[in-house]
Amino acid sequence: MERDGERIEITISSRFENIELVQVVAEHLCENAGVDEDGSHWVGMAVREAVANAIKHGNKLDVRKKVDATFELHGSELEIKISDEGEGFDPETVGDPLNPQNLMKTSGRGIFYIRTFMDEVQYSFNPGEGMSLLMTKDLAKGPGVASGKM
Amino acid sequence: MKATSRNVGGVEVIKLDGKITIGSGDQQLREIITNALSQGKSKLLLDMSGVTTIDSSGIGELVGSYTTVTNRGGKLKLLHLPAKLNELLHVTQLITVFEVYENEQEAIKSF
Repeated sequence: MERDGERIEITISSRFENIELVQVVAEHLCENAGVDEDGSHWVGMAVREAVANAIKHGNKLDVRKKVDATFELHGSELEIKISDEGEGFDPETVGDPLNPQNLMKTSGRGIFYIRTFMDEVQYSFNPGEGMSLLMTKDLAKGPGVASGKM
Repeated sequence: MKATSRNVGGVEVIKLDGKITIGSGDQQLREIITNALSQGKSKLLLDMSGVTTIDSSGIGELVGSYTTVTNRGGKLKLLHLPAKLNELLHVTQLITVFEVYENEQEAIKSF
């Protein structure tokens, strides 16, 4: 990847209208690294869901609290870290949306989409700092949902 | 998000344009469905061709809308799914829940 070593960091306040700013950066970074439109879109979608969770469930819509997004390209691997200033949560408590009893629930699909579109997803919580989501995607593996995971 | 409605043979065809995402469009969708039901319209066909972006909140609102309409004895079906929305419904297996049509006349006949 010609963009090896690229690093971008963005900090936003906890407003839903800021989500798209971070999503667009993710998509442009992927496109600049040679990923096609579909592949870039799915990475952008994962970032959108992660930032939305950080704003809503992490920072609980407190606009004084920030969400940090860091993008780093190591070879063909894109590493994305989304951090909030919230109290943290156990992602394992979120029910599997494919479970028939959860199928018709109106929420609980964000983390599932993140895990679907990215290769690796890790949550960590540092008391006094907040929750961080580290996710990676090998951009050389090709895009998306359609060709990869369906 | 913008919504425009027309009635075709007793079916309310609601064309949605724009984003159905958290904080932008998701609540609007709920209001559109609630308003239609309160006006006695219970056969709803959502034309999704103009939806540019949808996220998990938007998907959740679609599911909620389906449940609300069904619980009131109505029917909610989808028309002209954009490819990416189709994929989001597939990976969550929600495609098995919704009736999806590519042809409006066929969709209207199905009610």
